[in-house]
Amino acid sequence: MKSKINLKRLAAAGLACGSLLYGSAALAADTIKVGVLHSLSGTMAISESTLKDTVLMMIKEQNAKGGVMGKKLEPVVVDPASDWPLFAEKARQLITQDKVDVIFGCWTSVSRKSVLPVVEELNGLLFYPVQYEGEESSKNVFYTGAAPNQQAIPAVDYLLNDLGVKRFVLAGTDYVYPRTTNKILEAYLKAKGIKEDDIMINYTPFGQSDWQSIVSRIKEFGGEGKKTAVVSTINGDANVPFYKELANQGVDASDIPVVAFSVGEQELSGIDTGPLVGHLAAWNYFESVYNDANDKFIEQWHQYIGDDKRVTNDPMEATYIGFNMWVKAVEKAKSTDTDKVAAAMIGMQTPNLTGGTAVMNKNHHLSKPVLIGEIQDDGQFAVVWQTDGLVKGDAWSDYLPGSKDLIADWTKPVMCGNYNSKTKTCGGQAAQ
Amino acid sequence: MPRVLILLLVLIGASGLARADLHEAVAGLGSRSFDDKAQAIEQIARSGDPQATVILDALESRELVEDRANQRIVLGEKGGDGWVLKDPISGEALGTVGSRDARPVVINNRLRELIHNLRAVAALASANPLERRAAASQLVGNDDPVVLDALRERQREEDNPLVSGVIDTALNIAVLRNPDTELAVRLNAIDAVAGSLEPAVRNVLRDRFSETDASSEKRAAQKALASIDARAERYQMADTLFFGLSLGSVLLLAAIGLAITFGVMGVINMAHGELIMLGAYTTYMVQQIFPQGHEWSLLVAVPAAFLVSGFAGVLIERLVIRFLYGRPLETLLATFGVSLILQQAVRLIFSPLNRTVVTPEWMSGALQINPVFSLTFNRLYIVFFALAVFLLLQLVLKKTRLGLQVRAVSQNRNTARGLGIRRERVNALTFGLGSGIAGIAGVALAQLTNVGPNLGQAYIIDSFMVVVFGGVGNLWGTLTAAFGLGIANKLIEPMAGAVLAKIVILVFIILFIQRKPRGLFPQRGRAAEE
Repeated sequence: MKSKINLKRLAAAGLACGSLLYGSAALAADTIKVGVLHSLSGTMAISESTLKDTVLMMIKEQNAKGGVMGKKLEPVVVDPASDWPLFAEKARQLITQDKVDVIFGCWTSVSRKSVLPVVEELNGLLFYPVQYEGEESSKNVFYTGAAPNQQAIPAVDYLLNDLGVKRFVLAGTDYVYPRTTNKILEAYLKAKGIKEDDIMINYTPFGQSDWQSIVSRIKEFGGEGKKTAVVSTINGDANVPFYKELANQGVDASDIPVVAFSVGEQELSGIDTGPLVGHLAAWNYFESVYNDANDKFIEQWHQYIGDDKRVTNDPMEATYIGFNMWVKAVEKAKSTDTDKVAAAMIGMQTPNLTGGTAVMNKNHHLSKPVLIGEIQDDGQFAVVWQTDGLVKGDAWSDYLPGSKDLIADWTKPVMCGNYNSKTKTCGGQAAQ
Repeated sequence: MPRVLILLLVLIGASGLARADLHEAVAGLGSRSFDDKAQAIEQIARSGDPQATVILDALESRELVEDRANQRIVLGEKGGDGWVLKDPISGEALGTVGSRDARPVVINNRLRELIHNLRAVAALASANPLERRAAASQLVGNDDPVVLDALRERQREEDNPLVSGVIDTALNIAVLRNPDTELAVRLNAIDAVAGSLEPAVRNVLRDRFSETDASSEKRAAQKALASIDARAERYQMADTLFFGLSLGSVLLLAAIGLAITFGVMGVINMAHGELIMLGAYTTYMVQQIFPQGHEWSLLVAVPAAFLVSGFAGVLIERLVIRFLYGRPLETLLATFGVSLILQQAVRLIFSPLNRTVVTPEWMSGALQINPVFSLTFNRLYIVFFALAVFLLLQLVLKKTRLGLQVRAVSQNRNTARGLGIRRERVNALTFGLGSGIAGIAGVALAQLTNVGPNLGQAYIIDSFMVVVFGGVGNLWGTLTAAFGLGIANKLIEPMAGAVLAKIVILVFIILFIQRKPRGLFPQRGRAAEE
C-alpha cells in the first residue's frame, strides 16, 4: 500500500519535471538570452550595479519594441561579487549552462582579464563598457569605453595647449590601469618636451583615505612658479577623501586643476561639490550635454529607476551604444552566432548620446568624441572643450615602445588582435 | 532751472547709452568662445552699472542662463520643475521655462579667476579691513597693470598695517618682475619681501637669482631665499607632525572600541568595522531627518550613533558571541559572517551607492597660520574628539561601577562570578560599550571618508594592528600605538610613498610582535600569564 503511493508520487514528480524541462526548452527557443555580468555586491557594486540596471532598461525597451528578430530578449543576471576569479566562473556558467548569446559586463581591467580566456575558449561575446588602459584586442570582446587615446591623451593636450600647463603630477591608484596609462602619458609628455623634473608620479593603495601629505606635496610641487596640473587616475572610493582634502587645504582649481579619468557624475553624487568647482574630467559623454537623444535617455532612465535624482554617466552611454550596436548586428547577421555577429559589428554605426554617431572599428574599439568638463556645484559637468570630430580608439598605444608597431584588425586578411605591422606576424590570438 | 534739466537729460542719456553697452556685453556672454566671454565680462565690470555685480555673481553661481527658445541671456533661478527667468538689466520677470529649456552660461577656470580678480579689485575699497586683506592676498602675484594701479592707489590711503603689508608684498613682487627697474630699487624690494613665505615671493627671488648679472643682487636674493627656505622647512616639519597626529587620532578612534571588545573581553570581533559603518550611516540618517540642521547635526549624531551601534553590539553578543566564549576561531568566523550580513543589509536598505554626509561650515577649510602652514579644521577637531572619547572611556572604566565590574570580569571570570557579579549582563554591556564607541568613531570618519557599505573594511585591519601593537587589554597602550604608528607612517610616506609606507609599518609590527608577543605594554600578573 505504502509503496504504491510512493510510486504514484514519483510518477507525478517525474511528469512535472519533464513538463518543466520541456517548458524551459520551449522558452529558450523563443527568446534570446542576454547575460549581465556586473558586481551587485562587494567594492565594485557602487559602480557596476548601475550598469546592470542600464542593460535591464535597454532590454525592457527593446522588448517593448518587439524584441530582436521577433524574439523577446531574456536577461540572465549573475553577481560576480567584485571577486575577480568569480567573474571567470560566472562567465563560464553564463555561456555553458545558461546558454546566453551575449554578455554585457565587467568594470575593472582585472575582471576583464579574468573573463577573457573564458570567452575566447567558449567563443562567447563580451561587451565591455568602461574606459581602460588599452593594449588588448580580442576577437570575442567589443570595447565600447575609451582607449587611452580617447581620454588621457586629449586631456593632456588640453592642459598643454589651452591651460599652458608646464608641470604634471600623475597620481593614480596602484594597479594596472593607472600604471599603464601613466606610462603612456609619461612617454607622451616627454615627447612634448616636458622635462623629467616637471613630472611627479605618485601611487596610492586602493581605498586610500588619508591624503594629507600627498596633497601637501602636490601643493608644494605646484608652488614653484610653473603652471601645474594633476592628472588623476585615482580609482573609485579613494576620490572622495582626495577631493575633500584638496578643498580643505585650499587647492583651488584655478591654481592647480585636477583632471580625472575615473570621476564621473556618479562618483560626484557622493560628495559636496561646492569646493571642487572648476576641477576637470575627460570623458566621451556628460549628462549635461544638451540634445534630444540625451534628454530622452535621461528621462527614460529616471522613469525606469523611479528616482529623478539618479545621474547618468559615461559607462552608461557606452553600454547604451554597445547594446544598440549588438541589436543591429544581430538583425543584420540574422543570427546570434558569435562569429556572424562579430563580423556584422565591424563598421556598424549607431547614434551616441552627444549628438553624433558611434562607429565600430576593425580593432573592436569605437570612434568617439572626447569632451572635457569642469565640475559644477550641482555635481554636473560643464563642457569647456571638445574634439572637432570623432577620435578612433587605438588598441595599441603609439607611445609605448612595445606596442608602437602593433595593430588590431579583425577583418580579412589580417584577422589578428596584435598584428606586428613591421614583421607582418600575429603575436597572439588569431582566428582560424 | 533749465541747466539742471539739461544736466539731467545728459545724465539719462549717458546712462541710457551705458545700458545699451551693457545689453550688448551681456549678449556677448552667449558666445561659444571663452575669449569673447572674457571680453564681455570685463566690459560688464567696467560699465560701473549697479546691475553689473548682480550679473557677474549670477554668472559665477550658474544663475545666468541662456533661454534656448529665445536665444537670449537672462537671469534664471531654479524653481519647481524649471527655471524662473528675469531680465538681467531691468529685473523684469520673464516667466518660467522647463528645466532643460534653459542652460547656464558655461564659464571655465580662467573666467572664474577673472571674476574673482575683478571682485577683489572692487573689494580693495571695502570698509572691512579683513575683506581688504583677503582681496589684496588674492591679487598677490598679479601682473595686470590695471590691478597694480588699483593696489598703488589703495596703498596711498591704507591705514591698516596688515593690509598695507600684503599690498607691499604684491607691489614689490611686481617691481622685481619688471626687468627695467633700477638695481637699488630692486635690492630694496628684495629686502622688503625677505621675510614673506608667499610662494610667489620665493619664485620671483629664484628668478632674480638665476637671471640677474649684478652680484650684489644675486647675493641678496640668495640670502633671502635661504632664510625663507629655512623657515618653510620648520613649518613643513610641523605639518608632517600634524598629519601624523591626525592619522593617529583616526587610528585611535577606530581601534578604541576594539580595545574594549578584543582587548578587555578577548572577543575577536570581525564585525567591528561594520559597527563603525553603522555609526557613519546614523550620521547620514540624522542629517536626513534634520535637513536644515547641518551645523549642529553632528552633536545629535554622536549620542545617536552610540546608541545604534551599542544596541547592535548587544544584539550580536546576545545572539552569537555568548555561545562562543573561549572558542576564538569560531568567534572569528561567526563575527566575520555577521560583518558580511551587515554590509549586504546596508546595501539593500541604502543601495550600494555612497551617501553624502555634509560637512558643517565650522569643520570646513583650514586654520591658515601662514602661506605654507595650515591646519585643516576637520582634522583638528577629530584629534581633540579622539582624545575626549579616550578620556571619557578611561573615566567610565576607572570611576563607575560598570567599569569596576568590567575590569573584574576581564581579570578573572570565575572569581568575579564568585563575588556575585552577573557575568552575562556585564559581558553584554561591555560589548555594547565597545560597539557604541565604534559607532562614535563612525560619526568622525563620516567627515573624512566615504559613507558606504565598505567603510568598515578599510579600518578593521588597522584597528587590530593598533590594539595588538599597543598591548592587548591596555588602553594607554592603544593610545600610544595609535599616535606612534600614525606619526611613523607620515614620516616614512614622503620618502617612500604611500604604498611602501604601509608595507614598512606592517613589516615592522610583525617583527615587533615576534620579539614581544604581548605588544608595547603587556598586561602583567597571574591572570594575564594564563
